[in-house]
Amino acid sequence: MHTDTELARKSLLYRREILRVIRRAGAGHTGGDLSCIDILNVLYNRVLRVAPADFSDPDRDRYVQSKGHSVEALYVVLADRGFFPAAALDTLSHYRSHFAGHPTRDVPGIEQNTGALGHGLPIATGMAIAGKLDSAAWRVFTLLGDGELAEGSNWEAAMAAAHYKLDNLTAIVDCNTLQITGRTRDVMGNEPLDAKWAAFGWAVRRVPGHDLGALTAALSSPPEPGRPRVFVADTRKGSGISFMEDAARWHHGVPTDDEYKRALAELDARLAQLEGAAA
Amino acid sequence: MSAPASPMHSPEAARVAARLGLRPGRANIDVFAGTLLALARADRNILAVTSDSRGSGKLVPFGDALPAQLIEVGIAEQNLVGIAAGLASCGKKPFAVSPACFLTARALEQVKNDAAYSDNPVVLVGISAGVSYGALGTTHHSLHDFAALRAINNLTIMAPADNFETCGAVRHAASAAHPVYLRFGKAPLCDISNPAEPFVAGKARVLCDGADAALIATGETVIHARLAAAYLRETAGIACRVLSVPAIKPLDAPAILDAARECRALVTVEEHMVSGGLGEACAALVAQSPHHPRMRLLGIPDERTVTGSQAEIFRHYGLTMEGVAAAVHSLLF
Ligand SMILES: [Mg+2]
Repeated sequence: MHTDTELARKSLLYRREILRVIRRAGAGHTGGDLSCIDILNVLYNRVLRVAPADFSDPDRDRYVQSKGHSVEALYVVLADRGFFPAAALDTLSHYRSHFAGHPTRDVPGIEQNTGALGHGLPIATGMAIAGKLDSAAWRVFTLLGDGELAEGSNWEAAMAAAHYKLDNLTAIVDCNTLQITGRTRDVMGNEPLDAKWAAFGWAVRRVPGHDLGALTAALSSPPEPGRPRVFVADTRKGSGISFMEDAARWHHGVPTDDEYKRALAELDARLAQLEGAAA
Repeated sequence: MSAPASPMHSPEAARVAARLGLRPGRANIDVFAGTLLALARADRNILAVTSDSRGSGKLVPFGDALPAQLIEVGIAEQNLVGIAAGLASCGKKPFAVSPACFLTARALEQVKNDAAYSDNPVVLVGISAGVSYGALGTTHHSLHDFAALRAINNLTIMAPADNFETCGAVRHAASAAHPVYLRFGKAPLCDISNPAEPFVAGKARVLCDGADAALIATGETVIHARLAAAYLRETAGIACRVLSVPAIKPLDAPAILDAARECRALVTVEEHMVSGGLGEACAALVAQSPHHPRMRLLGIPDERTVTGSQAEIFRHYGLTMEGVAAAVHSLLF
């Protein structure tokens, strides 16, 4: 188990690596990667029972990333967990690389091919039903975007998950309040999200989406028997880089040389701070 | 209760069928449901997943016998396919059953991504396909499904012609390692297969042989091609090969190309828009081969489809013994 400081350090290093691979590829969903990276850090380092050495284990926990465009964040965390060598990410978006701009099962550690929005929750629901049929102990987690919730298929699955009392299913909404066009509330308002999920029969909690301690506590807590649960994680697009935060233009912005340097300087300063505090 | 509808669409067709000694069979959907129940009794991982469609899918007995193996998702076809994909990814063998018109249009993105692209071995069962719901209008017609699904990688497409082919296709799908689409109508059908010839997935079946013309048909139109062959031999001495093509994809290219080489004319017959269907798939193969017999593609033309019973719509568009025979005449003479 990583200490809190180690986990905090990973969050900074993951951000560094996300920016590096996007910069190298010349493409990527920077803003969304940075908004979900702390959630993925906690999931893969503290919550999910998955092992790179035995990913085909039928008793593993399942993670389906419905917001497939934030794939760079997932790749970086999977590389850190040892599912593949980090150098493989140098091929991100290259001709014939398995590391495409959305997740595919060609990459070790990835459960399902995603990228079209509104698909993850129905698939995760099917997985959770399979787990219930087998009285299995493994669990299912899925990550959704807030803009993605405009897809009606999410609400079909929300209804079914409650109907089948899938307390082995956890959804996390990366609620950064932005989507490609601008504010989610301006594009297609979906608040109050808590009330919507609750009305569909889910156990709902809001969590601060960049607070590793709070995320750990929430995602490690036992489920409410007989109900699927959702954590609406309040996040910021571009989180951790001052000039990228909460700005729709960073949805798939690629940093210039100067922006990249400034971003690394911010992250390195915080890494130094963290190491100073730990020393 | 009215008498079951006859698959014969004219007194003359009924006469030819009687002369051939064709035995009336059941609707393919009934055979599907019975076969699935038998398979599921022996394997608890086989599931029926329905979208308020267990009645039209003839799965009420399945639900009564094996309630834990029937997953109802309500009227939500996108979720039907997404859930089925999730189940399949965890070692289940889900048969996602829904009217073909909804399953292959509303849930097309789930079919493309969640079943085919992610390679989850779901069996998609399109029921009341083609113009089985002919009187209900275009919303309930499924005349696009071959075209839409043929353009998706990693999906087998099967449209059985009779009860024998249905049984073979369902058994094949149950053990398939990749996703499969099965297409069923609801009309009672005649058994036209030779049961001594085993069902081999991906193989066309030669129902009778001849070199004047090849009649290449799929699904519920095969009976009319078979009757046309008998009628042409009897009335005009024309010898036809009838190929039943239960697998639209992968298509049995050697069987189609043999027909192109050995027969003077080819007629394709399907309960589907001519655009993107079996006929165009065959035409593409033949056009790229050294042999170019004259061809006629029978199906539904690109117009707003008439409404009526399946038999009435078949008669309207010439998907009948007489219509197929007329097409052969027009190519040979
Ligand atoms: Mg968002």
